[in-house]
Amino acid sequence: MGQSNEHGQGGQAHGSVKEYTHGLIYSVILTLIPFAMVMMDIGSPQMTIGVIMICAVAQILVQLIFFLHMNTSSEQMWNTTSAVFTVVIVAIILVGSLWIMQHLNHNMLMGH
Amino acid sequence: MEASATAHHDTHDDHDHHDYAGDTIFGFWIYILSDCLLFGTLFATYAVFSNSFAGLIEPKDLFSLPFVLGETALLLASSFTFGIAMLKAKDHNMQGMFKWLGITFALGLSFLVMELYEFWHFSNEGATFDSSAYWSSFYALVATHGLHVFAGLVWMLVLFVHFKRDGFTEDNKTRLACLSLFWHFLDIIWICVFSVVYLMGVM
Repeated sequence: MGQSNEHGQGGQAHGSVKEYTHGLIYSVILTLIPFAMVMMDIGSPQMTIGVIMICAVAQILVQLIFFLHMNTSSEQMWNTTSAVFTVVIVAIILVGSLWIMQHLNHNMLMGH
Repeated sequence: MEASATAHHDTHDDHDHHDYAGDTIFGFWIYILSDCLLFGTLFATYAVFSNSFAGLIEPKDLFSLPFVLGETALLLASSFTFGIAMLKAKDHNMQGMFKWLGITFALGLSFLVMELYEFWHFSNEGATFDSSAYWSSFYALVATHGLHVFAGLVWMLVLFVHFKRDGFTEDNKTRLACLSLFWHFLDIIWICVFSVVYLMGVM
């Protein structure tokens, strides 16, 4: 029983103080970079948006790996597979909505 | 499976129960992913309306980044303290777990109070949920996240009672693991909120 608990339940593994501390430090750094860029007005808008996006994605990965202990081990396979599926669906919703609505606005302007 | 469970009752009992907890946590994981879809649609709505101010108040007139940084710090710290609480729970250290869960609760509550203050402040400045499409989508998105945090806090209180009453049973450990998933998930959503809504909103 103790042995199986080490690997957690349903792919929910336990971390260590060290792992959580590392996760916190990385999160703080990845939060401060985009905030500093916007607050101090560094770089062009395109560059700032790029940095915000990269930091956000990196921080989500940090959260998944250090706090949720997600990995590609066999016991985590279904968790990871379903998460990847969800990311694809969310991407379709986001890109699809923006694409359709932009074209809708465009066509409305053409009508004038 | 059932036959073997009855034949070797004492050896397989633990195992069966363990599988049940695993299924519950995986089921909860699926719920969280469906919640992810809900937030995905709200983000899509927000993005579509991101310039629809109806000639009224724009977000960059109202947003205060130091304030948002404060909110972010509270949530990030609460994710860390929940992790420590999980480690205490793993060692069956009830007092340690309550202490760290208590800190997590205080951080989550402070976040919620800051968010409510922010809504009150925006509304006073004239940016209510019915002033323009932009503010409708803003309140829908940010308040949905706030509601989730509120649900997490209520759940934490319920769990506190459960642990006080029954101690470290398998059921309670499963519940705690689910709440842990939920809490870290809220942190992930907040990363998207501060990046897309606040940081890009003031640019």
